[in-house]
Amino acid sequence: MEVEAAKLIGAGLATIPLAGAGVGLGLIFGNFLTGAFRNPSAAAANQPTMLLGFALTEFTGLLGFTISILILLEIF
Amino acid sequence: MQTFRAASPMEQFEIINLVDLSLGSIDISLTNSALWMLICTGAIIIFFAAATRRAAIIPNRLQSTAEVLYEFVSDLVRDTIGTEGRKFFPYVFTLFLWILIANLFGLIPTLPGLPHAAHTFTTTSHLIVTLALSMLTITIVIVYGFWKNGFKFLKLFAPSGVPPLMYILLVPIEVVSFLSRPLSLAIRLFANMFAGHIILKLFAGFVVSLVGAGGFLSVMGLLPFLGAVAVTALEFLVAFLQAYVFAILTCIYLSDAAHAADH
Repeated sequence: MEVEAAKLIGAGLATIPLAGAGVGLGLIFGNFLTGAFRNPSAAAANQPTMLLGFALTEFTGLLGFTISILILLEIF
Repeated sequence: MQTFRAASPMEQFEIINLVDLSLGSIDISLTNSALWMLICTGAIIIFFAAATRRAAIIPNRLQSTAEVLYEFVSDLVRDTIGTEGRKFFPYVFTLFLWILIANLFGLIPTLPGLPHAAHTFTTTSHLIVTLALSMLTITIVIVYGFWKNGFKFLKLFAPSGVPPLMYILLVPIEVVSFLSRPLSLAIRLFANMFAGHIILKLFAGFVVSLVGAGGFLSVMGLLPFLGAVAVTALEFLVAFLQAYVFAILTCIYLSDAAHAADH
């Protein structure tokens, strides 16, 4: 296989983590909403924790994106 | 008919020397990145100087804005670190404001026809800038951790109340997790701003090529334009959220350093 083609396929494959990040973010916000509807008075206090979980989960997706860009732009 | 050509989405991240300066063999030229950092810093200084110039018990509109920002970060620091977090408040406040303003100023549209050096530049879309910020945070965490707890700071890597055999597994995990903190802080902010601005410019590029195609396709150019508007709105949210996340993670790491000997 040509190196260029393999590089493009690799960059595409490196975006797969985005699927996991999407599922994770959905779980976080979905579960937060479920909890918030059950006990609305406790929702506000837990918002920072939710955003923290959001940031940590998002990172896995962003790592995939960064690697994909690194492969595409050949910076390494 | 005039031909349109969109700039590459990567062109916005190009660093251009505005004033060539050098210190011995070190290149310290004023770049567009440095210029926008100075603009952000200057804007924050001017804003707070104006807001606190005539400080009164009953605040005017400007002073209320400054107070809301102050209280927001103050509550954040108090809730995460506790009372001894007071001394970190200036650092976290500066960090939060600077990242927020740098993110927001990157969203200012460039006036058409300006030379490339005068284009709007998002300083936080460069890994080296965010890495510098996160390394500063982690340096403060390490220095303060050892200063406050002595060698008990290392208990951060080996929490008590765990079966002894577990330490074989736990210590390496904790060490790797600690070492990845500056990287994850930096990459999160960088990748968010970088990806957001690429998507924004991709949509803008679609508009240019569709309008340039002429006829019915020119009308279709409205669709990516609406997309670009929606992405801009999303980017405002991301700009705030990333500054908030950076600040809150900094607080959590500082809190780890402050209370390392307690557990």
